[in-house]
Amino acid sequence: MAGHSHHDEHHFAHPAPIKLLLAVFFALIFLTILTVATSGKMGPFGTIVAMAIATAKAALVCLFFMHMFWDKSFNVLVFFSSFLFVSLFIGFTMLDTDHYQNTIDAFPRAPEQTTVAPTEMK
Amino acid sequence: MAVADTAHHHDHHHDHGEFIAHHFDNAEQQFDSGKLGIWIFLVTEVLFFSGLFVAYTLWRYHHPEIFQQAHVFLDKVLGGINTVVLLFSSLTMALAVRCSQMSNNRGTAFYTLITMVCAAIFLGVKAIEYSHKWDQGILVRSLWAYTTDHQEAQWTLSKQLGISDWLVALSIIPAILLVAFIALSIIARLVANPILSKFFAGLAITVGGYFLGAVGGHIYMLNYEAQSAANSGHAQVAPLVLHADDKVATDHPTAAAHGVDHHHAGEHHDSHHPDPKSLDRDVGIFFSIYYCMTGLHAVHILGGIGFLSWIFYRSLKGHWRSDYFGPVEYVGLYWHLVDLIWIYLFPMLYLID
Repeated sequence: MAGHSHHDEHHFAHPAPIKLLLAVFFALIFLTILTVATSGKMGPFGTIVAMAIATAKAALVCLFFMHMFWDKSFNVLVFFSSFLFVSLFIGFTMLDTDHYQNTIDAFPRAPEQTTVAPTEMK
Repeated sequence: MAVADTAHHHDHHHDHGEFIAHHFDNAEQQFDSGKLGIWIFLVTEVLFFSGLFVAYTLWRYHHPEIFQQAHVFLDKVLGGINTVVLLFSSLTMALAVRCSQMSNNRGTAFYTLITMVCAAIFLGVKAIEYSHKWDQGILVRSLWAYTTDHQEAQWTLSKQLGISDWLVALSIIPAILLVAFIALSIIARLVANPILSKFFAGLAITVGGYFLGAVGGHIYMLNYEAQSAANSGHAQVAPLVLHADDKVATDHPTAAAHGVDHHHAGEHHDSHHPDPKSLDRDVGIFFSIYYCMTGLHAVHILGGIGFLSWIFYRSLKGHWRSDYFGPVEYVGLYWHLVDLIWIYLFPMLYLID
């Protein structure tokens, strides 16, 4: 058994309360049921609703299971910086993506090599 | 274990724990350093997956019809079960971290083991999903070979069990591991190494989780196929029927009947087996994306099981204390990230309208 430190260093652990973890779990299950139940029924908003619910679930997992609620702000900053870069990645790509489809379609090749869906079903 | 310093024998006036490394001022600084490290690693993981998420976004933006057609092949129930299993595993992981913070090594071992079993159940259900698709020729775009005829089982074992060859192929390694872990656990018990014995027993239980997931998924698929056959009034696909003489009989509708049947089948929007002729040639691109995303995720689950087994072993050795629990927390963060990714994959792939 290793020796005890002279300073009381046991205070930096922060065990999350069990009730909180269970509450978060049941909230996640509820949101899962909600997202399955609303899939296909939200018309044009289906994707937005699904992504919003997914983000709510992600927030719960991040804040409480991943302990971010009590974590150092710098760690939070580091993690969210990844989403900043992902948004740059998606953002610039999406800005660009409409500009070249005509060029792609104009490229001469056999019809069966096209990737644009035919307008009528075969 | 970069921060461990197990080679030294500490005498009683050494004022830090066995795993608190000399180059840190104190245990808390060691923990904080490791925590920053794992958060940076999670950043790399997010960026790693973001490539596939961008591919998905682009393709869905340009070809929503491919996604509309392709999502019928994915089963929401199986995806939902996997989601619930992973959420539960996140809970047990958080509980394991909590136990380690309170120097409760037994609790940590227990909850880590449950997390591993949940991970294995996830992989078992995945194996069912994948093998079912491969039976139908649902592959990446370049190998797309979708047909409504289920590929008949060729191997003797598959025929005897009434399952697909692909499922047997996927299950060979888990089966070998199961036997090996049980044997190793017994051997370790015989050479009076209770820790190793419990460790291998835990690994055996974990692999058992894979079979639990696979069996459960298989039973669901059988029920579903029977259900959809009943609903549409005729056999759309060939349910595998196990006869008393151990031969598998598959009902293969004739080609002509097929054409007629599936014209009607196409109108059932809950059918997982649309007429191949009604599909875009490029529906396979959805599956290129699907296999890359879920496959990469499954590889992360597998790696996670590896890391968790390391934590499990160290819990059995009693390494955790309230001033040294970093590794449990770090693996926990990784595991929650894997869950986070699935939280997004599930609606993006399975819940398309």
